[in-house]
Amino acid sequence: MRSAHPRGDSNALDLRIPSDVQYITSVVEQVVRRCAALDFSRRQLSLNVPVALTEALSNAILRGNGDDVTRSVRVRAEVDALRLILEVHDEGPGFDLERCTEDPTTAVNLLREDGRGLFLMRRLMDEVVRYHDGGNVVRLTLRRG
Amino acid sequence: MSFSVSQHGDISIVDVEGQLIVGNRQELKQRVLDEVDRGARKVLVDFARTGYIDSSGLGVLVSLAKKLRELGGDLRLANLNDDLQTLFELTKLDTLFQISESRERALESF
Repeated sequence: MRSAHPRGDSNALDLRIPSDVQYITSVVEQVVRRCAALDFSRRQLSLNVPVALTEALSNAILRGNGDDVTRSVRVRAEVDALRLILEVHDEGPGFDLERCTEDPTTAVNLLREDGRGLFLMRRLMDEVVRYHDGGNVVRLTLRRG
Repeated sequence: MSFSVSQHGDISIVDVEGQLIVGNRQELKQRVLDEVDRGARKVLVDFARTGYIDSSGLGVLVSLAKKLRELGGDLRLANLNDDLQTLFELTKLDTLFQISESRERALESF
């Protein structure tokens, strides 16, 4: 894991990690630490941020980059007294956020093993946007609670 | 992040310490399937020492519950904290699993 663009602002983070899910925990810890320093709520620190960021990272690693360790994922976080903005960049072609978000609570989907990631990300964040910026980017925004 | 398995009569108890996420869900799945191969049909997963769970972790619990029910057994859960309870409610998985507020109550429920 290395800093893509080292910055002086201690509440900002800019990392590039290999496409390996074992890096997720460390990235989540670093983001949660920055949110904790700005008094985000206990629930946001223990539920919203870690779960939503884990989903975004695992999507980028496993789907965007196809679990290819020669590819990397860039994570940018900006935290201030008002909100957290996370951007997760992968090297994949992108996806249609609306079309790919399923409702896992229907009777048909409840027994499925997969299909809850985007749903959780969107329920736990105030805003989730996907766009293309030379690669696939998912931006998550959470207002400080 | 670690899992430990113990026995209480014919019930296999799995304690999840730390996160249950994409990086370790396969380990939990294999530990429980090993128990099933040894004849276990009643499995209790205790989350008293669990941090957070992602969609992959939830998916593994669903998969294991289906497997055990097909074999005439069940997978039940205990000690979800408020955050984990919220996660199960958001996904309606609280309707799929029998969830107890303590290990003792969960053991009695089998």
